[in-house]
Amino acid sequence: MTTRRIISVLMENESGALARVVGLFAQRGYNIDSLTVAPTEDPTLSRMTLVTQATDQVIEQITKQLHKLIEVVKLVDLTEGVHVERELLLVKVRAAGAQREEVKRTADIFRGQVIDVTPNTYTIQVAGHSDKLDAFLDALAQASVLEVVRSGVSGISRGEKTLSV
Amino acid sequence: MTELKEKPESKTKPPMLSGGQMLMRALKDEGVEYVYGYPGGAVLHIYDALHNQEDVKHILVRHEQAATHMADAYARASGKPGVVLVTSGPGATNAVTGLATAYMDSIPMVVITGQVMSHLIGDDAFQETDMMGISRPVVKHNMSVRNPADIPAMVKKAFYIASSGRPGPVVLDIPKDMTMPNERFPYVYPKEVRMRSYNPVSKGHAGQIRKAVNLLLQAKRPMIYSGGGVILGEASDLLTQLGKTLGYPVTNTLMGLGAFPGGDDQFVGMLGMHGSYEANMAMHNADVIIAIGARFDDRVTNNTGKFCPNAKIIHIDIDPTSISKTVRVDIPIVGPVKSVLAEMLKAIDESKLEVDREALGIWWSQINEWRGRHGGRYKTDDSQMMKPQFVIEAMWRATGGDAFVTSDVGQHQMYAAQYYRFNKPNRWINSGGLGTMGFGLPAAMGVALNFPDDDVVCVTGEGSIQMNIQELSTCKQYNLPVKILNLNNGYLGMVKQWQDMNYESRYSNSYMDSLPDFVRLAEAYGHVGMRIEKPSDLEPALKEAFAMKDRLVFMDVLVDPKEHVYPMHVPGGAMCDMFLSKTERT
Ligand SMILES: Cc1ncc(C[n+]2csc(CCOP(=O)(O)OP(=O)(O)O)c2C)c(N)n1
Ligand SMILES: [Mg+2]
Repeated sequence: MTTRRIISVLMENESGALARVVGLFAQRGYNIDSLTVAPTEDPTLSRMTLVTQATDQVIEQITKQLHKLIEVVKLVDLTEGVHVERELLLVKVRAAGAQREEVKRTADIFRGQVIDVTPNTYTIQVAGHSDKLDAFLDALAQASVLEVVRSGVSGISRGEKTLSV
Repeated sequence: MTELKEKPESKTKPPMLSGGQMLMRALKDEGVEYVYGYPGGAVLHIYDALHNQEDVKHILVRHEQAATHMADAYARASGKPGVVLVTSGPGATNAVTGLATAYMDSIPMVVITGQVMSHLIGDDAFQETDMMGISRPVVKHNMSVRNPADIPAMVKKAFYIASSGRPGPVVLDIPKDMTMPNERFPYVYPKEVRMRSYNPVSKGHAGQIRKAVNLLLQAKRPMIYSGGGVILGEASDLLTQLGKTLGYPVTNTLMGLGAFPGGDDQFVGMLGMHGSYEANMAMHNADVIIAIGARFDDRVTNNTGKFCPNAKIIHIDIDPTSISKTVRVDIPIVGPVKSVLAEMLKAIDESKLEVDREALGIWWSQINEWRGRHGGRYKTDDSQMMKPQFVIEAMWRATGGDAFVTSDVGQHQMYAAQYYRFNKPNRWINSGGLGTMGFGLPAAMGVALNFPDDDVVCVTGEGSIQMNIQELSTCKQYNLPVKILNLNNGYLGMVKQWQDMNYESRYSNSYMDSLPDFVRLAEAYGHVGMRIEKPSDLEPALKEAFAMKDRLVFMDVLVDPKEHVYPMHVPGGAMCDMFLSKTERT
């Protein structure tokens, strides 16, 4: 049985490190649902959040294989403990005439913000659990969606636990 | 982030060197005697720096692949990393097979590849290839030099990564402008490296070791299954001690041959696809298996779903990814085999439990019965073509069982593994993981160069030898007295065997047509050639060949093309499911 896992990786902020992670997944046939990466408060380190679906045995291999990469400093499977996850969604929708109010109301329900406007469109930002973003997209009338951008999941442990060097 | 400790402040100021000179000095400071390579545009500055020093010697091969295998075999024989220097583009791509070969068998190497000038990278410049990208899946690590001043530290790091933990090849890609002769930098070689992101384990978990010993001492039908990790981890003595202390049967993988003395009664032979009948039967029926520095490769396990159904498994390995990758184990121990085995021997000594001698006696009589039934049979006499097995046994006698034996890939490789009983580690040198035809000759050269007082034999086939035959010229230049034993069956024998067994003997492209006259070919390169056709001629020919201590001798031995390698696992079956001859199976 496969489960969805969020793996957080702290690695050297060096060129090539990201390629190595992506290469590892491609080479060994692991799947990546989403992947985000950016430098941390320490500019020599970057943090990657990776979402994957796999069996426990494959997850074990993934975490071990990631750890084996020379640039990887530390990693944690956030889904093993309590954690918070967020994803950012930007969506451009057609919003003209009567539709305009309806779109705005739907965005409000999902605590979305309109961040750009034209006479015929809204660009809306929604942040939250990936399921919530899915639900928001479902709630929008299919035909009105012009463009969707999602950031991929970022995650962090709850409480005092940290992933740091 | 890497911390580098520099050498204690010396009175004199550090010398000012160019990138190329720093590279040479760093290799010297790393204790490198030989670099195997081939020049070209991107590495001309480096070759000029090489020319102007005497500490590091360069061996000019005839194809870059051979340079990698020479360095690789040196590492396999000595335990120290081998060093390769090639140019960008085609030089680098020619080295890729050698990198993959070393990677699959965890062999430490440092491969320095030239690269086009930094400002040209990405422009599809002349002889530009993305070596970082190409090599990534087949190296332990790779690095590209961005600043010439970093060269000493990066060389240090390359050697450290290649040779620590689970060893492997490391590529150092150097753009040409990093080695400009007129740009000089203060040279200081770091004393040690510390990396926050890379800390190989140095000890096994004490609790796990205790648990393992408890299980091991309660075994009724135990097996010790050891692999290449024991040789790489320099733990052969400890493995032998463990075997002797317990009195348990020992089997070695293809990569582990020689870690336990092949002539010892407790050795039941190699296991796996072409393992001995007794080794595979004993594995299948074991109740406790201790795997040491072995990785449950598919050529060992056959169908993992049917693998050793009654066994509890202990697994010692330095690489956590090797544990429970293909076969679930009960007691994993991550750590260097040497320290784990030492701790284990101590724990056995201190344990209240004792080996169950009675059960062990019954187990041994069962194993000995298997041995009697199917102990490596073949027939040979002058009325028939020579059997390849007979050739290996004769060569074993001619070398006192003490030679370095390298091999290519195919039936001849399996015969060498089965019939040359290695009593010492680091003597059997073959491409196990990648199965690289063309490995044997350059490998033998790498060993012969570094071990000039030993016999070095390359067991090969008429197919494989032609994949790097050009190196006969390198052998002449550096006077490498390799003994080539060409088991010439006129076929890509291993391919033919599969076609016999699975394709009703339709020999699609497995017949080696238009073979050269190997005797005259060897002579053309300035060596000695011999053709051996009759079994009764073999012994005298071997004697003559090995007496020529300073000559390369190419022995072209005509062997029976109909012979198959047995035992052979029945595909999809368990360890105990084997073909034993063309007409028998278990
Ligand atoms: C570079 C490479 N290409 C192809 C193969 C597939 N292969 C494995 S064994 C073999 C036949 C080898 O023939 P030969 O060297 O004559 O040895 P024999 O099996 O006859 O002893 C081949 C083609 C390989 N292992 N390596
Ligand atoms: Mg052949």
